[in-house]
Amino acid sequence: MTFRFKTVGAAALVAGSLSAMPALAETTLNVVMQAPLRSLDPILSTAQIVRTHGFMVFDTLLGMDAKYNPQPQMADYVVSADKLTYTLTLREGLKWHDGTPVTAADCVASLKRWGENDGAARTMMAHVASIEATSDTVLVIKLAKPFGQVLELLAKPSPVPPFMMPKRLAETPAGKQVTEMIGSGPFRFVADQYRPGDQAVYVKNKDYKPRSEPMSWTAGGKVINVDKVVWKAMPDMQTSINALQSGDVDLIEQVTIDLLPLLKANDEIKTGAINALGSQVTGRFNHRLPPFDNPKVRQAAMYALDQDQLMQTAIGDSQYYKLCASVYGCDVPLASDAGAEYLKGSAKERMAKAKELLKASGYNGTPVLMMQPTDLTILSTQPIVAAERLREAGFKVDVASMDWATLQSRKNGWQPVAQGGWNMFFTYWGVSGIWNPTVHAMLDASGADTAWSGWPKSARVEELRTAYITASTLDEQKKIAREIQQIAFDEGFYFNAGEFQSVAAWNAKLKNLQPGPITLFWGVSK
Amino acid sequence: MASYFLRRLAMAIPVMFFVALFVFLLLRLTPGDPAQAIAGDQATPAQLAAIRENLGLDRPIASQFVTWIAGMAEGDFGSSLISQRPVLEMIGQRIGPTLALAVMAMIFTVVISLPLGVLAAWRHGGMVDRFVMALSVVGFSVPIFVIGYVLIAVFAVNLKWFPVQGYKPLAEGFGPFFHRILMPGLALSFFYIALVSRMTRASMLEVLREDYVRTARAKGLGERIVLFRHALRNAAIPILTVVGTGFAMMVSGVVVTETVFNIPGLGRLVVDGVLARDYPLIQAIILLTAGTYVLINLLIDLSYALTDPRIRYQ
Amino acid sequence: MSASSNPAQGTHPRRRLLENPPHWTTVLAVAVLVVVIVMAAFAPQLANFEPTKLNAAMRLKPASDTYWLGTDSFGRDLYSRVVYGARVSLLVGAGVAIGAIVIGLPLGLIAGWYRGIDGVLMRMMDGLMAIPGILLAIAIVALVRGGLVTVIIAIMIPAIPQVVRLVRARVIAAREETYVDAAVLLGTRPGKLIRKHLLPTTIAPLIVQGTYMYASAILTEAALSFLGVGIGTEVPSWGNIMAEGRLYFAINPWLVFWPAIVLSLCILSINLLGDALRDRLDPKMQGRAP
Repeated sequence: MTFRFKTVGAAALVAGSLSAMPALAETTLNVVMQAPLRSLDPILSTAQIVRTHGFMVFDTLLGMDAKYNPQPQMADYVVSADKLTYTLTLREGLKWHDGTPVTAADCVASLKRWGENDGAARTMMAHVASIEATSDTVLVIKLAKPFGQVLELLAKPSPVPPFMMPKRLAETPAGKQVTEMIGSGPFRFVADQYRPGDQAVYVKNKDYKPRSEPMSWTAGGKVINVDKVVWKAMPDMQTSINALQSGDVDLIEQVTIDLLPLLKANDEIKTGAINALGSQVTGRFNHRLPPFDNPKVRQAAMYALDQDQLMQTAIGDSQYYKLCASVYGCDVPLASDAGAEYLKGSAKERMAKAKELLKASGYNGTPVLMMQPTDLTILSTQPIVAAERLREAGFKVDVASMDWATLQSRKNGWQPVAQGGWNMFFTYWGVSGIWNPTVHAMLDASGADTAWSGWPKSARVEELRTAYITASTLDEQKKIAREIQQIAFDEGFYFNAGEFQSVAAWNAKLKNLQPGPITLFWGVSK
Repeated sequence: MASYFLRRLAMAIPVMFFVALFVFLLLRLTPGDPAQAIAGDQATPAQLAAIRENLGLDRPIASQFVTWIAGMAEGDFGSSLISQRPVLEMIGQRIGPTLALAVMAMIFTVVISLPLGVLAAWRHGGMVDRFVMALSVVGFSVPIFVIGYVLIAVFAVNLKWFPVQGYKPLAEGFGPFFHRILMPGLALSFFYIALVSRMTRASMLEVLREDYVRTARAKGLGERIVLFRHALRNAAIPILTVVGTGFAMMVSGVVVTETVFNIPGLGRLVVDGVLARDYPLIQAIILLTAGTYVLINLLIDLSYALTDPRIRYQ
Repeated sequence: MSASSNPAQGTHPRRRLLENPPHWTTVLAVAVLVVVIVMAAFAPQLANFEPTKLNAAMRLKPASDTYWLGTDSFGRDLYSRVVYGARVSLLVGAGVAIGAIVIGLPLGLIAGWYRGIDGVLMRMMDGLMAIPGILLAIAIVALVRGGLVTVIIAIMIPAIPQVVRLVRARVIAAREETYVDAAVLLGTRPGKLIRKHLLPTTIAPLIVQGTYMYASAILTEAALSFLGVGIGTEVPSWGNIMAEGRLYFAINPWLVFWPAIVLSLCILSINLLGDALRDRLDPKMQGRAP
């Protein structure tokens, strides 16, 4: 299956020249984002909306281009022959929004705070001997032992990217939010027009000097062609669509797929995928509680669940979702079909297999507590659909409805169900957050209390994940990733329900919307 | 009068304390974790613990309560856990649209329901009377979001008379402000119109039987003067009472109306707050609405003395 | 309706009914309620499908011979869901009205009779009443997991003070009556006094108030569902059918309008019935505490 909408693509290349044209009047871009912005610290929060906000206000040392390659952004880099020393040199003319110059010391402090907060960054820091500023513009990362992904992590657009902040902000303790929004990114945050949960306002940073290379994702020149970007929260999709059609709003970041036909009839509205990467819907089993502490029961559940049914009910039109076995995302370099046997055959055949496995597993009728969020449309259908299939296979299932906040906190505990525990829930991950075994939190097989909810345990996977860190060629990485994926299926780490593409809708007046791993506001003009 | 006022005011203090205690306990017993709302879905337990410690959420509940009450005594309602902004500042940003919406709804209510109620009572059993009674039952029976969606579908989407959503502050001109607040105001007032026109009718029916109305008529006063000056004035108390007790319904309506018409008011702020477990914010908004309720009902009690010459307070 | 009858007090109820036949709206209201109750009781027989039966291939289909009212975003049969929805709405209404009366009635009797407790209890009730019910309900539904019982409790708690106030006012008024004075002088024990003399005066207004609480509870449940904190979507209620349908309002507004019509008719009927009951049982009680 393929997405019918091609990402906005090549038009971006010509956008650089547009910046030379004088702006006649102030142009404001009014945007409905997929979620309201309620907090601001992009290092502390893993939420996508806060990350997008981070890319407005802050910049990163390296960017990632559309081919998943790390590229210079704030800094150029040199890697030593033994791959243990990374020297990053800041480019000229970088300034914080308060007018002070960006120094290497600021960046060192920022990297250290990031290293305390982000999971993958913590893994990297365990391999780092030192990060030091050797001059105002040069910082050096020295590794104690080989770590193959320094550049990828510095460039990563997934949660949490290493955003650079002035030293005084970066020295905020790990658990405390940074609230003063002083970055060096292409937009300035207008603090006094910020209404948490309702509105965020950004104005063009006139001091920002874009790189000369063409834009490509978060790499290349971030050329800003609008004066102001206003993010508005709208709790109701219908309201957002009406507002787009009446011209009150220029862009909706994520439209409910079922409502797209309404917009397609309108010539003044365009729709398409500006977020180049999809999101994977995942059904997580709790390995610590019965019945899913039994691997055979998990396997039965893996056969019972049906990707197509789950996605079709949640998304509707099949051109907006993809079904694949890959736990890393369907189109990433590491994608493979390991474990695909769990998804093959008709739904009926798999159901028969599930029934057989469940019978053989010794399942004693322990009910499965399935958590369902009522206030998050994109995730409210899967538990219902999954519950029906599991019941058909012979499971007893209780669907517990709750709001998303309750679900999020409840998923962290592993006490028995009677005391507020859980057996299964669904969530989704942007592909950039799962595209390799280092960043993919659901493949953490340490079984440790500090691991992400679900707590699967597999010594072999942990070995493989360590091996992946030092693997130097793509082939080697692919081989390791493939084996991890097979175990993840066999052991029932989670059910990969498939990948959906979020579709944006915008006023046809907008030109040069940039595709990216998140929604980007450079290049676009009105 | 003054001492009565002070006595009533003093009575409000234990009421408000009970509200504060009740809300505080309710929220702290709620599952859900503000740290999670800050850090997002993919945060690890260690990260969450650090955030909780920083917010002081790991302290005993009693000590958190004392800190909160002591802060309020000094006028400090605390800061939002999620956005780290002072709660009062956040409320200040959002209260304008909510007030505008409420005032608009009250204006509609008075303009539409008082004449309707008076006419219904005057021509008891006539067409207007039947209409008012039908309207009042329908007004109680149709959910406000259904009314909102019907208004949007008809007047905004089909006829294009009004913008479909949004809010413009009065500072940007009366035209744009009024254009956007009209439909939400109407949707919100629907329930109130039903309530108040019904109450006006009932209250007027009773008053019209009284001797002084007969006297006034006998004196040859015009029917309009009898109705609106003599009768309505004396019928005002039950009407005012209903306006006061209806405040809770108003809040409920505001929350839903703001969602349907995308108005960035307090209603949406508090729903967001609950969903994110932003304790200080929820506490402050509930205290604010509870305080408003107490104050409104106090003022209504006092206004009895002004509207009804028969009531005097010692 | 309120002015349609003004029966003399004290006559035998059945004779009163014969002398004052009910207004046609009351008859209609009772008819609608009978239909709704039949819907709830015989939902399995009346429905064409299991209300939770998913069919991803049949999402958002218009009305047809198979799907009388079309299908929702899960491919479930809207007609069957609306029929089953009657159960939840009737249960929520009944749970709230009965629960609030069961808890509020003794509190009201106590507050009205024992003046010492009255002050503290009524300040607490004032406090509870001052908190907007919807905010309280949202918080409570979040407190325990969102199920039927939670929703009933969440809607019931703000309704309790209404009952307490009503009962207390009746008791205080009754205390002034001579027969109560006489009973006190004769040394009747408070328990018996409350049971024999005070309780009966509260029954008529409570029945009337109960019908209004019933109607208002159904509406509140719908509002909670609309805001995403209602009963989970697996159990169909008119409120959550509408809440799910509103996302597709522009494609098929009937996903909202069908449950809305049934819901509104049901509440309309309960309100009409309440008005009729008030006129017959308690003509002094004008208006209503919302």
